[in-house]
Amino acid sequence: MHGFANPKRFLSLVRWLTPTMLASGLVLAAVALAWGLWFVPPDRLMGETVRILFLHVPAAWLGMGGWAAIAVASAAFLVWRHPLAALAARAAAVPGMVFTAVCLATGSIWGRPTWGTWWVWDGRLTSMLVLLFLYFGYLALAQAVAREGGSSRIPAIFGLVGAINIPIINRSVVWWNSLHQPPSITVGKSAIDPQFLAPLLVAVLGFSLVFGGVVLARMRALLGDIQADARLRRKAGEAA
Amino acid sequence: MTAPADRIKAKHQRLVLVIIALVALVGAGLLAAWALRSQASYFYVPEQFVSEPPEPGRAVRLGGMVEEGSIRTMPDGVTIAFVVGDGKARVPVRFSGILPDLFVEGSGVVAEGRLGGDGTFVADNLLAKHDENYVPRELQEMTEHQRRDLVAEAEDGA
Repeated sequence: MHGFANPKRFLSLVRWLTPTMLASGLVLAAVALAWGLWFVPPDRLMGETVRILFLHVPAAWLGMGGWAAIAVASAAFLVWRHPLAALAARAAAVPGMVFTAVCLATGSIWGRPTWGTWWVWDGRLTSMLVLLFLYFGYLALAQAVAREGGSSRIPAIFGLVGAINIPIINRSVVWWNSLHQPPSITVGKSAIDPQFLAPLLVAVLGFSLVFGGVVLARMRALLGDIQADARLRRKAGEAA
Repeated sequence: MTAPADRIKAKHQRLVLVIIALVALVGAGLLAAWALRSQASYFYVPEQFVSEPPEPGRAVRLGGMVEEGSIRTMPDGVTIAFVVGDGKARVPVRFSGILPDLFVEGSGVVAEGRLGGDGTFVADNLLAKHDENYVPRELQEMTEHQRRDLVAEAEDGA
């Protein structure tokens, strides 16, 4: 595992892993969305609006997964001080934020016809909105540290502390009465009919691969930025 | 230059510190969530409503199941009356307005409104609650057994 923490070896790995993950992820996500939009029967109560499921659930999963990735990378950075871990955390923030926003938007569009409201301040919706704001804060902090110079430990600590929201989001529909329904998929059990579940799992896998590909591509770009910066500084030093 | 043994020791120290911080953090979060457990609920269930009724006129939300066979339309044609229950208590509700698509008997509902003087809950907004089950329309009338037969048939045919 430590072998991949070497930037050179990491770069040679991502050179082929990034396009592979992006391409396979995009194909799987497209197949799952087409499957869900055109080939799945309507739901007994919700009718056609059930099709939002195939975008809403992967977005929710990756919005939360993105912060879990930030937290794990931040903990690794704090303990082993490896700069690639800090880059991984920074790289996961933008896609995580985008998926969280997509989850909130699709949920709102779905809520209007089914529940009869765009938004309510129940436990699940509120904790998910807090996650979006945490992403805003994390990105602002990480960019300020990268630009102004400062310890990368500051965003790492923020990433670790913010992780407490993830189990709260997950448990919010169990702990408190909420308008959002309790979880449909729990360990080893699903209340979703196989006709809906199959395209949903493909969508989750596809979007997760896209997410991984984007994170690797962003890590590579951030690494390139840092190397270009260092080279410029060296040149300026020689010229002076 | 520090000796390698010192570096490994520092690493272990940081690992232990991060783990302690995480445990403290999770503990704090759980305590906060536990303290919020009743305040952060989105609605009252009928059982709470009957045992500790809110003062009449105070805006509250009532959530539960719409009892089977309880929906009646009043003579004015726009007001409906139904009963919200949770298996332990029942609260009669009155509402006039547009109903959400998912509002059906035997399904979940959250009513926003206030308790009237006569013990009826007067709702000025209804939100339909979806349960965790997703079932295609053509399979909803079938029993679990029939569904299994149908799936087996379809697989034989394929």
